[in-house]
Amino acid sequence: MTTLSPINSSSEEKSEEQVVNEQEHGDHRLFGLAAFLVADGMTFAGFFAAYLTFKAVNPLLPDAIYELELPLPTLNTVLLLVSSATFHRAGQALRKDEAKLCQRWLLFTAGLGLAFLASQMVEYFTLPFGLTDNLYASTFYALTGFHGLHVTLGAIMILIVWWQARQPGGRITSENPFPLEAAELYWHFVDGIWVILFIILYLL
Amino acid sequence: MTTASQQTHQSSSGSLQPKGWLKYFSFSLDHKVIGLQYLVCGFIFYLIGGSLASAIRIELSSPMSDFMARDTYNQVLTLHGTIMIFLWIVPVVNGAFGNYLIPFYVGARDMAFPRLNAVAFWLIPPAGLMLITSYFITGAAESGWTAYPPLSITTPAAGQIIWILSVLLLGGSSIFGGINFIATILKLRRPGLKLMQLPMYCWAMLGTSILVVLSTPVLAGTLILLSFDIVAHTGFFNPTLGGNVIVYQHLFWFYSHPAVYIMVLPAFGLVSEILPVHCRKPLFGYSTMVYSIMAIVFLGLIVWAHHMFTSGTPPWMRLFFTIATSFIAVPTGIKFFNWVATLWGGRISLNSAVLFSCGFIANFVLGGITGVALAQVPFDIHVHDTYFVVAHFHYIVYGGSVFVIFSSIYHWYPKFTGRMLNEDLGRLHFLLTFLGFNLCFAPQHWLGLNGMPRRVAEYDPQFTFINQLSSIGALIMALSTLPFLWNVIQSAFKGAIAGDNPWEALTPEWLTTSPPPVENWTGMAPLVKEPYGYGIKEESIQIQSPDISDPENNKQ
Amino acid sequence: MLGLALVVGGLWIGQNVNLLPDSASANAPVYDELFRVLFSIGTILFLGIVGLVIYSLIRFRRRPGQSKDGLALEGNLPLEIFWTAVPAVVVLFVGLYSYDIYDRMGGMQPLAQSAVHNHQAIEAKERVWGGIGSGPIELSKQAKSSLSVEVTALQFAFLFHYPEGDIISGELHVPSGQPVSMRMESKDVIHAFWVPEFRLKQDVIPGQPTILNFTATKPGRYPIVCAELCGPYHGSMRSTVVVEAPDEYKRWFKENSKDPILEA
Ligand code: HEA
Ligand code: HEA
Ligand code: CUA
Ligand SMILES: [Cu+2]
Repeated sequence: MTTLSPINSSSEEKSEEQVVNEQEHGDHRLFGLAAFLVADGMTFAGFFAAYLTFKAVNPLLPDAIYELELPLPTLNTVLLLVSSATFHRAGQALRKDEAKLCQRWLLFTAGLGLAFLASQMVEYFTLPFGLTDNLYASTFYALTGFHGLHVTLGAIMILIVWWQARQPGGRITSENPFPLEAAELYWHFVDGIWVILFIILYLL
Repeated sequence: MTTASQQTHQSSSGSLQPKGWLKYFSFSLDHKVIGLQYLVCGFIFYLIGGSLASAIRIELSSPMSDFMARDTYNQVLTLHGTIMIFLWIVPVVNGAFGNYLIPFYVGARDMAFPRLNAVAFWLIPPAGLMLITSYFITGAAESGWTAYPPLSITTPAAGQIIWILSVLLLGGSSIFGGINFIATILKLRRPGLKLMQLPMYCWAMLGTSILVVLSTPVLAGTLILLSFDIVAHTGFFNPTLGGNVIVYQHLFWFYSHPAVYIMVLPAFGLVSEILPVHCRKPLFGYSTMVYSIMAIVFLGLIVWAHHMFTSGTPPWMRLFFTIATSFIAVPTGIKFFNWVATLWGGRISLNSAVLFSCGFIANFVLGGITGVALAQVPFDIHVHDTYFVVAHFHYIVYGGSVFVIFSSIYHWYPKFTGRMLNEDLGRLHFLLTFLGFNLCFAPQHWLGLNGMPRRVAEYDPQFTFINQLSSIGALIMALSTLPFLWNVIQSAFKGAIAGDNPWEALTPEWLTTSPPPVENWTGMAPLVKEPYGYGIKEESIQIQSPDISDPENNKQ
Repeated sequence: MLGLALVVGGLWIGQNVNLLPDSASANAPVYDELFRVLFSIGTILFLGIVGLVIYSLIRFRRRPGQSKDGLALEGNLPLEIFWTAVPAVVVLFVGLYSYDIYDRMGGMQPLAQSAVHNHQAIEAKERVWGGIGSGPIELSKQAKSSLSVEVTALQFAFLFHYPEGDIISGELHVPSGQPVSMRMESKDVIHAFWVPEFRLKQDVIPGQPTILNFTATKPGRYPIVCAELCGPYHGSMRSTVVVEAPDEYKRWFKENSKDPILEA
């Protein structure tokens, strides 16, 4: 997913030219990622808006209304929130140059993500409605599915970062934390979306 | 997610790129090459979309459906709309000129994410080819560029799905582009260059990119839901399964109204660059121009339902959207009055670039005024979905954006190639385009008012004569492309040598050789604090090298 | 001076150039009034701006031998305020005026009225959306009961059902002077009911009934046009509305009515 070019100029004496160049070519990848996440967030916003409108103007027939069970999704929320915290820990560890600790936190985070996916699968299989049953069901699956896709991508990204962090030669170090920071930002974003989704889909 | 890997050294990878003509056919990372790739690719799609328009006008020169079958007509008009918007105007006013000019304007050697930039461009040709070949293989989509369900769910699925896929790719391309422009404008400015010193086109692109990033994803989401309805038989927009067709319209127009400003704001920016140079005057009212762009961006996001006055919308919504839409005339008007003030008291060279820009002003004012009329609910209830609307938006997209694209090509061609275009051919091109355009679209206002709906292959015979007038206009427009094509192709080889700065312009792209070197400047990027300082005493125009030791200059 | 000529000229053009078809419903004259106002304002603005552009291009063109730059004017605050304020006032006026027009057309009347009067539970829940009331409010107040018609749109025809008398017709017959209230629903895709001479249009939506009220005023035959792309034969989805004097309408109604009670 995230490649990077390891070419780095030695930082001894900086000529004027170099100063200007660094100004120009400073690292804006996180900024770019943030902008992308704004865009991604708008996709979710569109889905939420559709869901809320459907709910407001197309009420279901009484026999089709189904109260969602709360325990599993609550567990999911906890899983994701904890994983955000553990990812944060991994970042802290990296900044303190504690490579082993960082890797452990990363692996733990990925594990939480996968647990979330598994538990989401369990929920899917126990729900009494299918994708095409009614409007509400379709939107439910579209929203959680699209979010699940994000979690899946995120989990893969974390595993890649973890693998990269294990490589000798410093592919991810406190000097070059970008892949980890990017994955972390993305992961927090996915968590945030889940919280909104949880409130709107399950609690409202 | 982000293939946006940063290049720390363009020069090293730049030298790996093929040289000469070949580089235009490869995955180049040079913003100038990508810009021209966008331009040429877009123009090819324009010729295709224009040929389709010609087919439409041929069909409509008689009241019967005789030139092509009715469903073919619907496919042709869907392809025409989609190609013109997503493969011609949007990629050219944003991608082509944005990529070429923005790095110069901010004083950078390339865009913030060159690789993402190349990816964004290379999404376009396959998406376009896919869209067009669908016509030959399965039949293209036939539910209009708006693809309203349930029609889009019930028409042949293959064409519609391909349409969705290509629009998704094109939307992705434009989101990547938007992110890149925002990062370049906000983060890559050379030290010492303040935001309020940027050329106007940067502001236009910043505003446009904000719209792209905020609204295009909503279209993507909507089309994904629509494709579920088609493929997986869900019922989001399918009333027989309990879905709601109006929700689609809201989501669609939440993107597609801002999309019209995505097509026109960059054009505003380009005109703001062109006029001052040829009038030898500063751009009038720089800061109000900036604020009005931002006002248009904001208002543009909250007016979408004016496309839905005859759908089911509650009265309060109609009222709100009428007022909000009408108010867009205020910031837009500010821009127009400022351009007129820029012309006033200038020393105007009446060359092709200026003619096309002024043609743009005239056409757009007319299109904008019909737009404000359309925004009035009681007015719109009569003319919605008629040729009046067709006339409105062609006055804006063709009379506006396309005129500006031509104007920009006349203005920047010497920069692109180092050679001048032939002025006489340019004036002939303008004359034919302007006449043909007005003959084609002005009568359509009357058609709409008197009862001709849009998207029909057959119509009431009482409208035959006016439709034939319109078709003749379209023919003249088609002919007008010939002098242009000839001019552009032969001038590339035989045109007069332009020199580096034939217009004696002050904006940064002219302060280097024409065509520019790979990294834009052989030395350091110039610091242009007054991009429009025409007529101001020489010594106050500062095109200076940065003073690194001065901390003031390094603040951004 | 020139400005005055422009305004007068614009007003004259606006009042005297007629681009619209016949007006045959109660809200059509109101519409035409709005059109004339918009047309006048538009003409003035358009001629004014284009005139300024052409004047500048001629007056300030570069003449041979001139090599200097133009005036270094960078802006002028009072001017900017002036041309922000004028369009703002104009659009505010246009907005309020068209609101008033819309209100006079009956567009701001509560739309779900028919459903509210109907105390059946299902009906009340139904979301009915519509565009326009029955024309000028004064007219609808004094009018007798309105004629109700159920419209069904399908690919590619309109069907008109008169519940009183159980008539099904492919043409819409209405008496002049009496308000008509149509409840429209589509069987398949979105269509739109448009009568150019009535200046009225309303989408006919599947799964969501819409209401359209109008009062025809001028006897004659006018086209009904489908104005929403609905498939290959969208262009031929047309019908006719026949506006008749009340007696003639009654005759037509008697001839076609299937309701024995009414026939007696
Ligand atoms: C680049 C594209 C572009 C642009 C910039 C605009 C600009 C505007 N458009 Fe247009 N529009 C389209 C492209 C565009 N439009 C398209 C493609 C459609 C059809 C879509 C479809 O259905 O397929 C459409 C349809 C459309 C509709 C729906 C019609 C219908 O389907 O029933 C409406 C209604 O409100 C509308 C309004 C406006 C307004 C108010 C503006 C304003 O932004 C215009 C503002 C500009 C001016 C007003 C001129 C300059 C101002 C002055 C000189 C100041 C003084 C003026 C006054 C005081 C009035 N447009
Ligand atoms: C965005 C830009 C754009 C542009 C530039 C144009 C350009 C033109 N458009 Fe288009 N048009 C739309 C956007 C655009 N249009 C949209 C969005 C719709 C709505 C679609 C829908 O309803 O879904 C539409 C619909 C539309 C209709 C209504 C169809 C209908 O509702 O039934 C008509 C009818 O006259 C029309 C005509 C034209 C004409 C004559 C041109 C001309 O200006 C074109 C001039 C160009 C040429 C004529 C090309 C010249 C080249 C050649 C002749 C070929 C040479 C070939 C080679 C060398 C390979 N257009
Ligand atoms: Cu029915 Cu068009
Ligand atoms: Cu719009």
